[in-house]
Amino acid sequence: MEDLWFSEYHTKNVKLSIRVSSQLHHEESDYQSISVYDSPEFGRFLALDGIMMLTEKDEFIYHEMITHVPMAANPNIKNILIIGAGDGGVLRELSKYKSIEHIDLVEIDERVIEVCKEFLPKTACGFDNEKAAVHIADGLKFIRHIENKYDLIIVDSTDPSGPGEVLFTKEFYGNCFKALTDNGIMVNQHESPFYNDDAMAMKRAHRCIVQSFPYARVYQAHIPTYPSGHWLFGFASKKHYSVEKIDFEAWKSLGIETKYYTPNLHKGAFYIPRYVEEMLKEDE
Amino acid sequence: MGNQNDAPIYEALQALKINKVVPFDVPGHKRGRGNPELTEFLGEKCLSVDVNSMKPLDNLCHPTSVIKYAEELAAEAFGAAHSFFMVGGTTSAVQTMVLSTVKKGDKIILPRNVHQSVINALVLCGAVPVYINPQADPRLGIALGMSVSDVRRTINENPDAKAVFVNNPTYYGICSDLVNITKLAHENGMKMLVDEAHGTHFYFGEDMPVSAMAAGADMAAVSMHKSGGSLTQSSILLCGKNTNADYVRQIINLTQTTSGSYLLLSSLDISRRNLALNGKQTFEKVKRFAEYARSEIREIGGYYAYSRELVNHDSIFDFDMTKLSVNTLGIGLAGIEVYDLLRDEYDIQIEFGDIGNILAYISVGDKTKNVERLISSLAEIKRKYGREKQPPLSSEYLTPCVEMSPQTAFYAEKESKELSQCENEICCEFVMCYPPGIPILAPGERITKSIIDHITYAKEKGCLLTGPQSMDVSRLNVYKGGK
Repeated sequence: MEDLWFSEYHTKNVKLSIRVSSQLHHEESDYQSISVYDSPEFGRFLALDGIMMLTEKDEFIYHEMITHVPMAANPNIKNILIIGAGDGGVLRELSKYKSIEHIDLVEIDERVIEVCKEFLPKTACGFDNEKAAVHIADGLKFIRHIENKYDLIIVDSTDPSGPGEVLFTKEFYGNCFKALTDNGIMVNQHESPFYNDDAMAMKRAHRCIVQSFPYARVYQAHIPTYPSGHWLFGFASKKHYSVEKIDFEAWKSLGIETKYYTPNLHKGAFYIPRYVEEMLKEDE
Repeated sequence: MGNQNDAPIYEALQALKINKVVPFDVPGHKRGRGNPELTEFLGEKCLSVDVNSMKPLDNLCHPTSVIKYAEELAAEAFGAAHSFFMVGGTTSAVQTMVLSTVKKGDKIILPRNVHQSVINALVLCGAVPVYINPQADPRLGIALGMSVSDVRRTINENPDAKAVFVNNPTYYGICSDLVNITKLAHENGMKMLVDEAHGTHFYFGEDMPVSAMAAGADMAAVSMHKSGGSLTQSSILLCGKNTNADYVRQIINLTQTTSGSYLLLSSLDISRRNLALNGKQTFEKVKRFAEYARSEIREIGGYYAYSRELVNHDSIFDFDMTKLSVNTLGIGLAGIEVYDLLRDEYDIQIEFGDIGNILAYISVGDKTKNVERLISSLAEIKRKYGREKQPPLSSEYLTPCVEMSPQTAFYAEKESKELSQCENEICCEFVMCYPPGIPILAPGERITKSIIDHITYAKEKGCLLTGPQSMDVSRLNVYKGGK
């Protein structure tokens, strides 16, 4: 095999490289560059503007954690809005819940969906979900017009440097608050606390969420291909969902199959390292 | 006829770089090498063209080659007989218009909401202002354009005036009837001067309000660095066919630096080329952004994003559709409050906020996602901070009472008095109030009780008052030796 490597700079001084067996696709869409590669270690993977979004090998961690945590917290979730998630992974996980009535998925870049459908069927199979309506639109604009409608909003965004920038702003989180029902929950991709630049974005997101929601916490997961591997999710709500009071027996009775998520892991994920706690406290 | 694809100053600077000319002249940083910190900050490319006037680069004070050609190209692009590249901001262009048209004792007709630079020019040359009260919109609380009938009346009352001066468009995008005001001025032997600081795009966009040169004005000051895309402090002065450009150059050279910055000059040159070649599409895009934002902001409710529906064919003869001016009183907040919230809570800096309005400056540099952020932030501000609708504020117009020329008063022997003790005195300095940016007092004007009350009130409201030597405006310098 030729010595081809895909490298992503995690900081100016740190990079992660994955040996690539072939490039399956590349294009410049109206919003970003979209590439799909195949690799011996991680299988196929999607990169937007040169940043790895998901690999076939570790995407389950991210997608399970961004969906099952809120779904277990409130089994009565019926109406869901997903922002981003053009790869279909979030939809795939949500397909496991019969109780859901409707899902709106808002992705700004139609080409991401098309490319994923062609090259990443393991996540794009989520688009077969019949309860889901796909909207090609700017997430911020879409949500501006909505009030008191969704029980859950999942913000599956890129980093704040790309088209996902608006999904890290106070006006976006404020509009999410407005679009949620009284029991509503917002879960978001919350960057990493480890490297400086990521930590700044993480803190900024937390500050904006704290200013928009009465309850805001973060939980963590271990995602090998993301910078530092230590990744956070935001969990914000209008009412208090204490991890200790969640009825996990009810969730277990649904018989949902997972590879990463378990009720115990759910509880543990909210116990975050001291340095992260301290970082977050500065903005609370 | 020149070729609008040319950019002579830019090309001359490029040639200079390629030829690797060894500098034994100023500036002393020598293409940046002598000041590594500054070069690191501004970039090597920038410092390498921060050069002095020299033969291949022409001389701004006496242009004969590349600057001359660049100015000819600009004149052609703007439909003017002559153009001057200005490096002292549009302030210098405005002052040149005044200084080359009126002299000591001459009268000049102008709206009260002129830029401060105009009255400063009167201090320099000794001409006497005759003010026209700009019409005001009671609902929006903004100064409008000059009504033709007001201009006619003022001309009839002051047939000896030498010039009529108009702001077009205003900051908010309001246009006056330039064609008919110009006609009136010319019929009465007066020059027509236009402060077109906010109107560069009128020369290039489609379906725009009429530009000063197209209306037949004698001179116009164009802030290329606003909608034209050039660097801050660069500007263009345009002259019509009946203006003696050689005299204007002499006037410019009275106060202009002899070390005109080639960063500014090349930015004018490149921006002119870009406007001439791409201006139409550019401003179509700006207009679309503004129109889109207006319709979305109207949908939020409460806000009033106004546009051409305001046109009354007189004091609002036309409206500049690229301007995104929004009245905020409908959500119960002052413009200045929304301005502060956008910056402090949403990290969005807009151009200004006054008592009842905000202005967001839209340009070709904008991105759709940022326009969406602005709209969504306004929606959030309404949701989180909105109050009961506020009644529109009537902005009281204080008729200025000009007792002597600004120059006489400014240079007169004066004494400093407590503000409360100034009634009936003649003021020797400026008092400007932001918002709304209209002078409350100019040198040579009688200080009335209502003016003192207004200053006190504006201070209480937290308006920014500037001008007097006494920076908190607790005292004023007044004319010594009699009321």
